[in-house]
Amino acid sequence: MSRIKVLGVLASLLLAAGCASTDTQEVPEDSRETVGTETGREAGGVGQPERMSIDERLQDPADPLSQRVVYFEFDRSDIPREELATLDAHARFLVENPNVRIRLEGHADERGSREYNIGLGDRRAQAVRRILLFQGVSADQITTVSYGEERPAVQGQGPEVWAKNRRVEIIYLR
Amino acid sequence: MRVLKFLVLLAIFSLPGVAAAEITVQVTRGLGDAQPIAIVPFGFEGQGRPAVDVAAVVAADLERSGRFKPFPVSDMLEKPVRAADVKYQNWRVLGVDYVVVGNIQVQDGGYVIQFQLLDVYRGQQLMGYSVPIRGEYLRRGAHQVADLVYEELTGVPGAFSTRIAFVLATGKGEDTRYQLVVADADGENQRTILRSARPLMSPTWSPDGRRLAYVSFENQVAEVFVQELASGQRQKVSSREGVNGAPSFSPDGRKLAMTLSSEAGNLDIWVKDLESGELTRVTRHPAIDTEAVWAPDGRTLFFTSDRGGAPQIYRIDWQAGNDRPERVTFEGNYNARPTLSPDGKLLGVLHQSNRGFNIGVLDLARRTFNVLTEGRQDESPSFAPNGAMIIYATSEGNRGVLAATSVDGRVQQRLAVQEGDVREPSWSPAQEAGR
Repeated sequence: MSRIKVLGVLASLLLAAGCASTDTQEVPEDSRETVGTETGREAGGVGQPERMSIDERLQDPADPLSQRVVYFEFDRSDIPREELATLDAHARFLVENPNVRIRLEGHADERGSREYNIGLGDRRAQAVRRILLFQGVSADQITTVSYGEERPAVQGQGPEVWAKNRRVEIIYLR
Repeated sequence: MRVLKFLVLLAIFSLPGVAAAEITVQVTRGLGDAQPIAIVPFGFEGQGRPAVDVAAVVAADLERSGRFKPFPVSDMLEKPVRAADVKYQNWRVLGVDYVVVGNIQVQDGGYVIQFQLLDVYRGQQLMGYSVPIRGEYLRRGAHQVADLVYEELTGVPGAFSTRIAFVLATGKGEDTRYQLVVADADGENQRTILRSARPLMSPTWSPDGRRLAYVSFENQVAEVFVQELASGQRQKVSSREGVNGAPSFSPDGRKLAMTLSSEAGNLDIWVKDLESGELTRVTRHPAIDTEAVWAPDGRTLFFTSDRGGAPQIYRIDWQAGNDRPERVTFEGNYNARPTLSPDGKLLGVLHQSNRGFNIGVLDLARRTFNVLTEGRQDESPSFAPNGAMIIYATSEGNRGVLAATSVDGRVQQRLAVQEGDVREPSWSPAQEAGR
């Protein structure tokens, strides 16, 4: 029952995915390399959009794949609705490119215990993984790691800083 | 190939003997009725002067405890080095309760410190010891003198000749570098035992003080290592799929409790026999179960779990083979990172209060709970081996520093490092063999 519900939500978000707003993110070190080989232009492909390299897509702010961070509420690991569109775009891309692999890095804000925060980061990474698997991404394509509060995206304290640090980063591997 | 890899790792990660940042210790809250004690400069029978002012180290140790107020050397009316030469009236007029006198002799391959503790009002000796020290490290002998004096006067063994381990992070963002540092309890004699460009976490001592277990992300995943301090040799003891974290040695040093992913997304407490490699799953619950610590009985584990909706401390018999732990903490909505006093009677926790995250202590028999600290981001409590103090990490400005509190909260110290972010202190056990 709950699966059907999720499907419904995903389907409606699928339509919205193309125009989802995207925050520009720094490209992580690991994904600066061109990953795939699918740059092939079809001869005389007039009327068809050119297929871009993964690298170009990851860096194109207009492409939903450029959005590779999912944010969470305090002490929560359920994925906020507004983040589902981002995940949907990644899921479709990974299904279409089964040789592309990603690493999901789960993070927590600095409050509370460090090892418990490893648990929270892991829970968040697993929540993202489950959604991707559910949409058909192969388990072989995904690895996860939790850094807890050890690798904050933003230094400092306060609610805004903490909100930016409660996240899962999607890292595309070579 | 394996050998080569190992060598490279050694080259990158273990650079023993390299000094890290300096630590200074300040008492931020002491007892109003701290006892006046005079540590008279020790005599020296040898050439030149000793490398360490033993009396000054003893005085600094006692002062740091917050329970003693050492009398200034410059105001002393006499500086005897043996009890027979002490004129008690010279100390009575100064309002000094106790006097320590001593003498250092050079003996083959080391020193002998002889000292006496005197009660000024009764005009008699309370204690006299001869402390032999092998090797050059005279400072260690000074800490032993302070331990003996402290125990004689308070009834509690001193913890001055113990050590602490902690994680030091320097640099920002992508350039952050991590060190695992071991230092004397007064912050001196620092040694970096591991360096990494990726996070290091959760250092913890073996009961004999010879080894440290910790978590390293050096291979981009969390793995648990055990490192021997004397040789620098280290062994990867857990790198299962998922989380490998929160190590804790059993009282006999033969087993390691850890947090492992039982399956994707389910963290449980496991126990690994370090000799046979045998793994025993202790908890079986979809919640986050983590941060196990051993009770002195070697059977009971205290751990953090959010199975009730928020993190609280539970206890379980690790061999029971069922998942029916007993909940231990009920104060507030967040209690984590348990640390047990060596007698197993007091449980220190990271507790969320209205103010923020603080260190609390629960008397397990009386069920009394006290919040001991007042910072906003206090974390990682670790009991001193004498059960009298808890060391923890706190934030000062935007960086982590170490602090310690007595278990009644009346004495507090701050250990300030010159640079970097200091985290996760772990206090060594009392009996140390491998120094």
